[in-house]
Amino acid sequence: MAKEEEVEIVRIVTDEEKTFAKNFNINDLPDIPTGLPPHLELQRTRVVCKNDAPIHTSSVVYSGAYNAVGVDNSVKLENFSENFKVNVISSSEDGMDMEFDMIGINAAIANAFRRILLAELPSMAIEKVFVANNTSLVQDEVLAQRLGLVPIAADPRLFDYISESDQPNEKNTIVFKLHARCERGEPRLKVLTEELIWLPNGSEMVKESGESTSSKPKTFTSFSRSQDSFPEFAENPISPSNLDILIAKLGPGQEIELEAHAVKGIGKTHAKWSPVGTAWYRMLPEVILLKEFEGKEAENLVKACPVKVFDIEDMGKGRKRATVAQPRKCTLCRECLREEFGVPIVKPKVKPVKDEGKDKETQIERKEWIDNVALHRVKNHFIFKIESTGSLPPEVLFTEAVKILEDKCERVIADLS
Amino acid sequence: MEHGSFTNNSHASFTLAEEDHTLANAVRFMLNQDPRVTLAGYSIPHPSLDRVNIRVQTTGDPAREVLKDACQELMLMNRHVRSVFDKAVAEFKVEQARLKAEEEEREKAKEELKKQREQLESMDIEGN
Repeated sequence: MAKEEEVEIVRIVTDEEKTFAKNFNINDLPDIPTGLPPHLELQRTRVVCKNDAPIHTSSVVYSGAYNAVGVDNSVKLENFSENFKVNVISSSEDGMDMEFDMIGINAAIANAFRRILLAELPSMAIEKVFVANNTSLVQDEVLAQRLGLVPIAADPRLFDYISESDQPNEKNTIVFKLHARCERGEPRLKVLTEELIWLPNGSEMVKESGESTSSKPKTFTSFSRSQDSFPEFAENPISPSNLDILIAKLGPGQEIELEAHAVKGIGKTHAKWSPVGTAWYRMLPEVILLKEFEGKEAENLVKACPVKVFDIEDMGKGRKRATVAQPRKCTLCRECLREEFGVPIVKPKVKPVKDEGKDKETQIERKEWIDNVALHRVKNHFIFKIESTGSLPPEVLFTEAVKILEDKCERVIADLS
Repeated sequence: MEHGSFTNNSHASFTLAEEDHTLANAVRFMLNQDPRVTLAGYSIPHPSLDRVNIRVQTTGDPAREVLKDACQELMLMNRHVRSVFDKAVAEFKVEQARLKAEEEEREKAKEELKKQREQLESMDIEGN
């Protein structure tokens, strides 16, 4: 036994190997991993939507998350500047809706923009309503609440905030009056927002108490000059942004007479001050076919998608292939991943006659689809949509939102220094 | 406001008044991107309180400076976002105006063609 152990193991080294070893330098290797392995890259950059639930939904934020594989996960400002892109996709004809792509930004920051747009951007809204006469069915407080929600087309940057102790003046208040009356014998009258008439000289309601001796009677506002005289409003008078919003309906003999004071505020205090109807984003959908879908199967796949993501490509010689034509349209309904495709979710009362063979065939086909249609969402590509209520165009709202986030940072820095 | 220890300034908590998830989550993200940070997180102690607590622990640098740097970085990022966005919007508007002009030109050409055709037709009738 002992003898056998001493058997010398002679390793034969060829000349080729020797020269290789001599010249070997690890840095010369062409396939030194320079990035993440593909499966980690997928987890990092994509949300993968399986047919029961999405996976890899969180973003990896820690800078050292991939240190073990030699990849730096931190976002440097230079990298960010290089990779960040904005594409404007569309803007509505009236310029109040806008859709754009933001590429190369993290959800934490995109979400900050969205939250600021909704809750921290100022706009003007009716805050005080002085009711002189209201014989309509709508109670004063309900009427006031409805008036508050009427969006007003006035640039909030031209106004100041009003505080509890402030006198309402031309820099912080917009005054509207509304006088509508339905005469007897007339049909019912709809009171629309077009009846809100801007009073550039301030309130016309005279305060009852304290007979003033001056030439100007005391009203609920103290304007030192007319808002008409501001160059911004001389050309385009202030009005509600939509003139066809129903405020109340009046029966014969009913009347509403009131004055409404709009002031500046933010959506955090009350949603009526939110300058956007909505502002939202979604991640870019990405649809990948992992095998060739041909012939009948391709047609089935096209049919399976309710939003027409897929299309058929003619390859010549009568061969047809499914392609991903409009991945942006994908709503992630996962209809293409459903095992029981074609079976209605609400079962029909009359049981259809089943063709067993065909059914089985589609079932097998469907099971294959689950593995071969990949639905992803790109984590750093945001499709942002802003719907302005009319005070400012959406592109201005967005830049203002970014500015507010900047101000917040500045404030923190100032606090800490 | 900073809550930290006198002996070790690499670990500290900060209270930001009148802030919420909007800023805190963005700052937390920026902090996590900093290789000097070992732990960063935030919490809102109670929904009715108008403030957030941010915790920063670093490998040795003063937490206060690291937080300040994160805010600075975020600010610069925002500035960049704004400039890129403004440029994209301006480009879009130019493009849109160009398309509109083209469309108008096409309409004009169409109208011209229609006029010519009508003229031709009327001439035919006269000839007959």
